Amino acid sequence: MPPITNMHKKILLAHGSGGSLSHRLIDEVFLKNFNNPFLSEKDDGAIVEIGGTKLAFTTDSYVVKPIFFPGGDIGKLSVFGTVNDLAVMGAEPLYISCGLIIEEGLDRRVLEEIALSMAQAAQIARVLLVTGDTKVVEKGGADRIYINTSGVGIVKKDLSVKGIEAGDRIIISGSVGEHEVSVLLAREEFPFRSQVTSDLAPLNQLASDILVVDGVKFMRDPTRGGLATTLNEIAEGIGLGIVVYEDKIGVSDGVAAVCELLGFDPLYLANEGKMVVVAKRDCTGEVLKRMKDNPLGKESEIIGEVAAELNGRVCLRTRIGGTRILDMLAGEQLPRIC
Amino acid sequence: MKYIDEFRDRDLCLRLIKKMESILGDSEVTIMEVCGTHTMIIFRSGIRSLLPKSIRLLSGPGCPVCVTPAAYLDQAIALSEIEDVIIATFGDMMRVPGSGSSLETQRAAGKKIAVVYSPLDDLNIARNNPDKKVVFLAVGFETTSPSVAVTAIEAKKMGISNLYLLSAHKRIPPALRLLAEDRDLNVDGFILPGHVSTIIGVNPYLFLAEGYGIPSVICGFEPLDILQGICMILYQRKEKRAAVEVQYKRAVKNDGNPGAMALLNKVFIETDSEWRGLGAIANSGYAMGEEYKELDAREVFSLKERPSVENEGCICGEILKGRKVPNQCPHFGENCTPYSPLGPCMVSSEGTCAAYYKYA
Repeated sequence: MPPITNMHKKILLAHGSGGSLSHRLIDEVFLKNFNNPFLSEKDDGAIVEIGGTKLAFTTDSYVVKPIFFPGGDIGKLSVFGTVNDLAVMGAEPLYISCGLIIEEGLDRRVLEEIALSMAQAAQIARVLLVTGDTKVVEKGGADRIYINTSGVGIVKKDLSVKGIEAGDRIIISGSVGEHEVSVLLAREEFPFRSQVTSDLAPLNQLASDILVVDGVKFMRDPTRGGLATTLNEIAEGIGLGIVVYEDKIGVSDGVAAVCELLGFDPLYLANEGKMVVVAKRDCTGEVLKRMKDNPLGKESEIIGEVAAELNGRVCLRTRIGGTRILDMLAGEQLPRIC
Repeated sequence: MKYIDEFRDRDLCLRLIKKMESILGDSEVTIMEVCGTHTMIIFRSGIRSLLPKSIRLLSGPGCPVCVTPAAYLDQAIALSEIEDVIIATFGDMMRVPGSGSSLETQRAAGKKIAVVYSPLDDLNIARNNPDKKVVFLAVGFETTSPSVAVTAIEAKKMGISNLYLLSAHKRIPPALRLLAEDRDLNVDGFILPGHVSTIIGVNPYLFLAEGYGIPSVICGFEPLDILQGICMILYQRKEKRAAVEVQYKRAVKNDGNPGAMALLNKVFIETDSEWRGLGAIANSGYAMGEEYKELDAREVFSLKERPSVENEGCICGEILKGRKVPNQCPHFGENCTPYSPLGPCMVSSEGTCAAYYKYA
């Protein structure tokens, strides 16, 4: 990686995009200062052992703008987002914390609506919101409301990129891009409307449906930075390549239309209810069947495989039959989508 | 999706590639795709990996962000330092390095910079901020400039008096003449930007065939469009003729869009313009015309023209002229990446270096 230039002496929006600048910030600031064996795994959460029990522990902050969007709101997102991080670590999510930063002047009704939404989300995902904190900052000190949630769960199965080998299959639980597009279109600056709703959903049941299959090696929810970034993280982690087939990756008409208009690539758009699974080749049929049996996975598809060559890179077989590198998201696509 | 999927049909694409192989025989050709959007589609769709080895594609200067000189960015950055100025810009301009800073860095430092998706958004920004001066960074080719012209006309009609344009609009044909005259550049054919021709039509390019004997095809932006365009160039070569043909017939008329041209000529006047990497080219830009002088940010803010300071060793100029390819640059992938670009070809999503870095 090249050195930080003068341009990067300040934190830019792109540092929060989940793409390569975020990764650099983690390496150069957080890993440098906090380094320990848990953190250096660079996973979405940590697996810690307490009294012989393996716990998954994760935290996430939610700053989505606007706070209400088709298919969800910041409250529901803050619960499902953290539930999903735990679920894809192979854990059963149990307890969630809730830290609120509220801008002075927020309507009380809005807060109540968000709290109700969080409660309903927790009930659906079968987790308890067991502790919390509220801070109010002066007008302009924040934008309406930010939520941080942390979560713990009991690890049911050890998942790690380390078990991934050439020939393993890559599966995704459905079409990509709906969350980011729904948030984008909910913003006033866009003069057009569409029917796209966020895919926001809790993935713990879907995860637990497939964890019983031996050959499930790794799961990840492709949020910020999208499918392309998740695949690159996996490829980098294993030092092997990944080949994916563009025509196997589902993109709804609504998402495709917005991408055509605004020049976005759906493979880089955030999802909040999708799961990428790496499974041993001979178990793929069983995993796919179980995923399709769950309503959240009924459009699951095998989209690619792990390749012995390519050395940590992801290669896309394009729709017209060509090939190209599928890189990690560079810079920001759109800030504050989660 | 209808009208999209048809133009990305694998079998038709492969048939065109087979056809190319049969037309080509043993000969080798170099074709330049002038437009950055073409460059990006060629990479994104994997066309390069499918083409016969004997076809060499060069990327040209048709990325508006890439050819905007550093001095222009410096002017924009200087404007953003003024207390009551809001800079409105297309998102692509945010990370382009000026001589010392970028708009992205300025925004992080608290300067007011708004990203717009349409120039018409400027009208709302200006109306909603009556105590501020809104300066729109008007960059782009003939595809973009008519919508900026409309914005200027509407602003005047609506009595909006706090919107200004910093025009660096460019005209494609004069840059092509420069390339056609370049003896070091042996191009056998041009893939011309279809969207520009929806406005200017076919005639402004005729000199390429008539004056320089270079087969040229005005092309659409889907994989099949580009492949068919390449085939049409190969046919011209085989038949030893040079013409300007239209592949993108579903959008391009011979005389373009006279209405849009009239708007352009109402608001702007042709002027000499500096292209990053190519230098000053006569009559290759648009400046604010007499009738719209009061919207001209250069006049209103008395901006000084200073020479551009480019990063040492950056070969964006040579790349924009098709003389070199990105991996011949010592900075490429080392200290020039999309995360910290040194030159404009790396920053724009349509830049040649960004395309090579991301997809090659």
